[in-house]
Amino acid sequence: MSQTTTEDTTTTGASPAPVAPRKKVLSEGKKAERRLGWLLCAPAALTMIAVTGWPILYSLLLSMQRFDLKFPDRTEWIWFDNYVTVLSSPYWWNAVWVTVLLTVVTVAVELVLGMSLALIMHRALVGRGIVRTTTLIPYGIVTVVAAFSWRFAWTPGTGYLAEALGGDPVLTEKIPSLMVVGLAEIWKTTPFMALLLMAGLALVPDDLLKAAAMDGASGWQRFIKITVPIMKPAILVALLFRTLDAFRIFDNLFVLTAGSQGTSSVSMLTYNNLIKGLNLGIGSTMSVLIFIMVAIIAFVFIKLFGTAAPGSDDGGKR
Amino acid sequence: MGATRRYRLAAGVGAAMLAAGTLTACGSGSQGITVNVYKYPQENFQAIVDSCNAKAAGRYNIVYNKLPREADGQREQMVRRLAAEDDSMDVLGLDVTWTAELAKAGWIKEFTGSVKSQVETGTLKTPLDTATYEGKLYGAPDNTNVQLLWYRSDLVPTPPKTWDEMISMAEALVAEGKPGQIVAQGKQYEGLVVLYNTLVNSNGGTILDENGTKAIVDDKAVEALAALKKLATSKAIDPSFSNAAEDNARLAMEGGNAAFQLNWPYVYAAAQKKPDFAKNFKWAPYPTVSGDQSKVTVGGINYAVSNYTTHPDESFDAVLCLRGAESQKLAALKDGVPPTIEAVYDEPEMAEAYPMRDDIKETLKNASVRPRTPAYQNVSTVISTILSPPASIDPQATADRLRKELQDALDSKGVLP
Repeated sequence: MSQTTTEDTTTTGASPAPVAPRKKVLSEGKKAERRLGWLLCAPAALTMIAVTGWPILYSLLLSMQRFDLKFPDRTEWIWFDNYVTVLSSPYWWNAVWVTVLLTVVTVAVELVLGMSLALIMHRALVGRGIVRTTTLIPYGIVTVVAAFSWRFAWTPGTGYLAEALGGDPVLTEKIPSLMVVGLAEIWKTTPFMALLLMAGLALVPDDLLKAAAMDGASGWQRFIKITVPIMKPAILVALLFRTLDAFRIFDNLFVLTAGSQGTSSVSMLTYNNLIKGLNLGIGSTMSVLIFIMVAIIAFVFIKLFGTAAPGSDDGGKR
Repeated sequence: MGATRRYRLAAGVGAAMLAAGTLTACGSGSQGITVNVYKYPQENFQAIVDSCNAKAAGRYNIVYNKLPREADGQREQMVRRLAAEDDSMDVLGLDVTWTAELAKAGWIKEFTGSVKSQVETGTLKTPLDTATYEGKLYGAPDNTNVQLLWYRSDLVPTPPKTWDEMISMAEALVAEGKPGQIVAQGKQYEGLVVLYNTLVNSNGGTILDENGTKAIVDDKAVEALAALKKLATSKAIDPSFSNAAEDNARLAMEGGNAAFQLNWPYVYAAAQKKPDFAKNFKWAPYPTVSGDQSKVTVGGINYAVSNYTTHPDESFDAVLCLRGAESQKLAALKDGVPPTIEAVYDEPEMAEAYPMRDDIKETLKNASVRPRTPAYQNVSTVISTILSPPASIDPQATADRLRKELQDALDSKGVLP
């Protein structure tokens, strides 16, 4: 695996210079081939644009209108007023902070737990199949079903967790319910993190670790100085995936608190305004803002941390 | 030319086939038009539907489609389908607070002519008010509901008449070490809005103006905030008041902690399962805030006819049967929902199932309606969010915030929490 990556890097890294001049002297056959290539992928590309581009554009258009299904006769073009309304709303900022907090805390905990699980799964000598299967069970359960079982577990009177902790209704206060939501989220998605990290662990050559051990490096030193640097691309991809997912948290929250007591995430708030409130203008504004925030997260990960998009080789960047 | 003709021929054949398809669909339909009713899960509603189908004698066939159990889920399903102009919904069971929203959006039909007069005849005024928007009738009241004061006659020989009297009696009981708590709905949800609306109206105040376009929250409404705060901070209030919905309140009282409860009449039927508790479980009219009668918030369900129905006449006809006196009596006796037709209260069988029927009827005559505006969902969310938790209300400041955020909600400028 690592072998091929380095090879790819060298070839692509070396090629850009000669490619540029050669472009002008493309033969007729080559040109025709290219044209055919474009024609062949055009239907797929156009379909993609139709199903992703149009909704994005449409929500952009909606976000610049006062558009409320309750008041169809009051629809008007108001440019960026909706953005001013949303960005000056305390409810929006509360939701943003709740989302950021949940994202940072759950992804950090998942990284640590996921890494330990990955190491266990990677190193397990006996019952490897059993270990991997049990680890993956939470990830295999539908999120809504899992969230319901968490909710019942935390309901005083019927839930074992609530009873174990003295029977207080934890899901009725902001901080405790956020903790429960975070816990459910971590429980659910740590296996996913572990899976991605395990793929990265497979990249680390055993010889290197053995050599380091011969040189007297402790287990921790080997992990920090060898395993982690080699795994870095895998860790970053895992973090990117999980951050983007966690940022859009909805189903867990919807079932556990439905956003009461100020526990709304940005997605929850958007749902409340769009589907419950029927306010297409404000709701679309929020969707656009979420889109922008997710784009920023992806940009930071890819440009600043150098995360390679899966499937691509990061030739040109280093 | 030839090609065009051939094309036209093909198009004609295609159209004919389509028409044939539609015709067959219509053909099978005319043998029995289906009227799809969407209503909350009501235990004995199918029996009502069956008897109405028998009366329709084959003119149409009513099919009962159950909506989700929770009000939010019911509204969401109907609203989403109406926004998409779904013509497979004919009759809708609406919560009394949704009339304005669906009427303004143009999703439900107005009741006119003889259907209107048949609905209005003999129906109590307040439930009828909930189905009216901008002077037009958009719904036929099916059942209604009002809260009463429930108390324990072994602890409280004579029930309190006023809000303050109730609080001081409860505090005296608690001071004596007796179970004198007051239980009510203080959780951040519709129940808190109902409580606040009752207090405001009983005090002669206003939350929104008559048209539902301007937030008022006048001085009387500020006093109502003070009354709510007084209850929430009283020594006699149930400690979990700020998390209590209807059933929490009922269970707390049945559990033996409370002497007073503000709740819907269903608690009476529930109490009968515990004879020891039930023998001292009595009711009285809702305590007054100012003046000699309180104006309790009315609840219940109205039937509306979807604007996208393909069988409007049959649908209106079905509504008249489904909410007719006979159907209402059955629902009242079997499902415990108070009727909206006044005469049904006087039926002899009602005395046993509804010993408190006279108090319900009296309360209904003076009941109040929640703010009538298409933006009710937003108004309700804003009120319950700002008043929560009730103990931390600061009457004047809370009222100012309420006024501002309600106005934003009405102008669809605000963000829903």
